[in-house]
Amino acid sequence: MNLKSKETLIDVFASIKTEAEKRFGKIKGDSNQNIFIGMATCGLASGAIEVKRAFEEALAEQKINARVISVGCLGHCYAEPLVIIDKPGFPPILYHNVTPGKANLLVKAFLRGDDPVFEHVLGAMEENELIPTVMEFPRFNQEKRVVMGKCGLIDPEDIYQYIAQGGYSALAKALTLDPEQIIFEVLESGLRGRGGAGFLTGKKWQFVEDAEEKGKFVICNADEGDPGAYMDRAILESNPHQVIEGIAICAYAVGAKRAIVYVRAEYPLAVKIVQKAIEQARELGLLGKGILETQFDLDVTVFQGSGAFVCGEETALIRSIQGQRGMPQPRPPYPAQTGLWGKPTVINNVKTLASIPPIIEKGGKWLKGIGTKKSPGTAIFSVVGNIVHAGLVEIPMGVTLRSLVFDICGGVPNQKRFKAVQIGGPSGGCLPEQFLDTPIDFDSLTEAGAMMGSGGMVVMDENACMIDVARYFLDFTQHESCGKCTFCRIGTKHLLDTLERITKGKGRDGDIELLEDLSIDIKEGSLCGLGKTAPNPVLTTIEYFRDEYEAHIQEKRCPAMMCRELTAYYIDLDKCARGCDACVGSCPTESIFTTRDRKKAIDQTLCVKCGECMTACPSEYDAVRKVSPPELAPKIARPEEG
Amino acid sequence: MVTLIVDNKEIETQEGSTLLQACLDNGIYIPNLCYLNGIEDPPGSCRLCFVEIEGYDQPRTSCRVKVQQGMVVRTNTEHVRRLQKTAFELLLSTHHVECRNCPANKKCELQRIAKFLHFGLKLKRLEPLERDIEVEHEHPFLEYIPTRCVLCGKCVFVCRKRNGQPMLSFAKRGFDTVISFFGENDKPVDVCNECYACAEICPVGALLVKDSPNTSNPWKRGSFNDKGKCQTPLK
Ligand SMILES: Cc1cc2nc3c(=O)[nH]c(=O)nc-3n(C[C@H](O)[C@H](O)[C@H](O)COP(=O)(O)O)c2cc1C
Ligand code: SF4
Ligand code: SF4
Ligand code: SF4
Ligand code: SF4
Ligand code: FES
Ligand code: FES
Repeated sequence: MNLKSKETLIDVFASIKTEAEKRFGKIKGDSNQNIFIGMATCGLASGAIEVKRAFEEALAEQKINARVISVGCLGHCYAEPLVIIDKPGFPPILYHNVTPGKANLLVKAFLRGDDPVFEHVLGAMEENELIPTVMEFPRFNQEKRVVMGKCGLIDPEDIYQYIAQGGYSALAKALTLDPEQIIFEVLESGLRGRGGAGFLTGKKWQFVEDAEEKGKFVICNADEGDPGAYMDRAILESNPHQVIEGIAICAYAVGAKRAIVYVRAEYPLAVKIVQKAIEQARELGLLGKGILETQFDLDVTVFQGSGAFVCGEETALIRSIQGQRGMPQPRPPYPAQTGLWGKPTVINNVKTLASIPPIIEKGGKWLKGIGTKKSPGTAIFSVVGNIVHAGLVEIPMGVTLRSLVFDICGGVPNQKRFKAVQIGGPSGGCLPEQFLDTPIDFDSLTEAGAMMGSGGMVVMDENACMIDVARYFLDFTQHESCGKCTFCRIGTKHLLDTLERITKGKGRDGDIELLEDLSIDIKEGSLCGLGKTAPNPVLTTIEYFRDEYEAHIQEKRCPAMMCRELTAYYIDLDKCARGCDACVGSCPTESIFTTRDRKKAIDQTLCVKCGECMTACPSEYDAVRKVSPPELAPKIARPEEG
Repeated sequence: MVTLIVDNKEIETQEGSTLLQACLDNGIYIPNLCYLNGIEDPPGSCRLCFVEIEGYDQPRTSCRVKVQQGMVVRTNTEHVRRLQKTAFELLLSTHHVECRNCPANKKCELQRIAKFLHFGLKLKRLEPLERDIEVEHEHPFLEYIPTRCVLCGKCVFVCRKRNGQPMLSFAKRGFDTVISFFGENDKPVDVCNECYACAEICPVGALLVKDSPNTSNPWKRGSFNDKGKCQTPLK
């Protein structure tokens, strides 16, 4: 870039930034009071719209002048709806589980009066004398936010809020650099792709930069098909501009003029927000022709994917954009050589691209200083299952599974024991307790038989049957197989059928070996990453919970007592209270009858094992028992009628 | 020309050729179902054509590898055979074997592979899998028998080649994937121009020409019930 346009670009960006600060300053600095409400998908699902309306009505009623601002996702799904109230004279305060009633109360007590209503406060967002900050919670202070730093704090539909908080200055800086310098920084950061495979991002960019061919593409992969994973969605819904800025920097570095954000159509809010963000960036000259009055043009569009899980695989994704069936092609050639419409193409995950602006701003060395040597930076997980504080967490790589599960996410609820964690999405592995000290990074997880994958994480307590867990994930991958290659199309079906058979008490000698042998061949023989990883849940559960497989197959016993066919309920006659009939009405199949001495018993031929009677039996008697194998239930004959 | 060593034998082949083609041209058979000579960007879907190549620790599908001068290849290692046998048994587990009534009998690629791998046509470790798919009767000239189809995709490829746009395509997904007589954009295929290239190329007896007096096609069918069982055995 020649010097003159370098200077103009700095001036042009400076004036945009001044405007942003002026507008956002109005929000932050003046005597106004502001109410920020988390309105990403998960906030909406827990009632944020009603809360917002309640605030607006209460404000109008009380004639209080305050601004209500919709923001994105803070990641604390367990505490949604979340509201931050920023009132002059107080630190910004975070309130959790806000209801319309609480909203009303907060307006009256806090905004009208000066009482912050301590019992509903989660914490202050800044250091202060008055209120303990959220940083006192491990959930907050053990996180490290590189990608999600601004999520939940700004209005994703207002580009000026992002710019006022430092947004797009990395792009402005990048445009003053040579492409080689940018790629150097990204290489130096050691950033590895967050879409699963962990390929060095700088290297991928280098390949595309080096390619002679014109008409290169950048694709942002936001297909995110893992059940239970929603970090890419949350980022796009909460701070789309950081992703767009990353895309623009990438495009400039590799010499692409066109970029596509591939979002699944099931994410309508994300689609809408990204489209709006692109529009706003174009209006300010941050995208489009002659970006910041330089020679750099970039056209960014949104492509709505049809939603098949396998379309997240890069070669299938490309075919899907080209209007073909979303089926993977063998690699090589890689998309960096022959990508979309045959052109050299960078495909990166949302989180990968969102990591770029901070790298350009603070330097590759800075990111390298976070996380571990071979996996620098942060990892984002959506933690779900039997866990106290479910939600999105961004942690430095290298944190152990134990601190993620127990310190940051509060451990397993209801005094249950931790049993296993499935990490890496449906094709990840199930790791038991003895792996809790494994550091979370690409290589350690792979070594343990799991993988980083996309960052889906399911925590399971003692009640989980590991064969049933493997069956559940196989059911997903089997249905999502594209059907192209033999091993995955047919092999996963055999795995699933065998697992199903075992959970139904029809397991046979040799099943474990068959599962193992088939799994290994499917991993080696499959064409794409889906088949190559789908057997992981089977292999890891066999490796770490072999005794459970054996119990199912040889003793027809489910140690966790989850497999319906392998369990039975009975009523302990010593405990059952004569004359009580609390359970009788609860049974949907009228299986419970009265014995000769006026106690209750279950007719095993009618019982459908729903467990209702166990819940219905008063806790002082606690007479209903669940056993496995079912033969352990004593057989009690119904007394003859009459 | 490029020379390479396959199973300790030196062979010569044209530059740019796939490893599979080079071997086949030199009389070295490697089981394969989805590859066609001249196919551009082979699908690599049947997963049978594995070989071991020096310098790679995992077997690779030879239809997807371009020959290189001095390449050292082995087609018959234990590892290769293990993968081939598993892939073959997987295919068999969804295949209704009834060769006596099948028009492909004796010309069938599955029979050839079974013999080559000394595997036979009986399942060893796996149970047969049923798929809930009807025989396709809608087409005016063709009949499709899903319980025989190995989803090699050759029919789609030759049809596209001959007619520009394929009149048949893959449909459904995963285990339910089938070939359907609807073109790629759900175009109904009353436009089929009776070239029968698809039925000719089918390596098994899954695509058959319905009775038609003026066809010279060898795959003339009898009459089939819904499970694809032939009711009028061929003479
Ligand atoms: C079955 C399958 C599904 C995938 N789904 C996604 C996805 O939803 N999002 C994603 O970013 N990458 C996904 N990938 C990985 C992509 O193929 C690709 O490696 C990634 O987008 C590259 O970006 P990165 O280098 O930033 O990780 C998937 C891979 C496979 C095999
Ligand atoms: S491994 Fe599965 S998803 Fe991948 S190409 Fe093969 S059948 Fe399709
Ligand atoms: S488990 Fe359900 S079906 Fe069985 S006895 Fe109890 S309530 Fe009835
Ligand atoms: S396609 Fe026909 S000949 Fe070939 S194995 Fe099947 S039934 Fe036998
Ligand atoms: S019908 Fe025949 S040619 Fe077509 S995919 Fe099936 S087996 Fe292959
Ligand atoms: S906290 Fe926002 S999506 Fe969960
Ligand atoms: S011939 Fe190579 S994979 Fe089918």
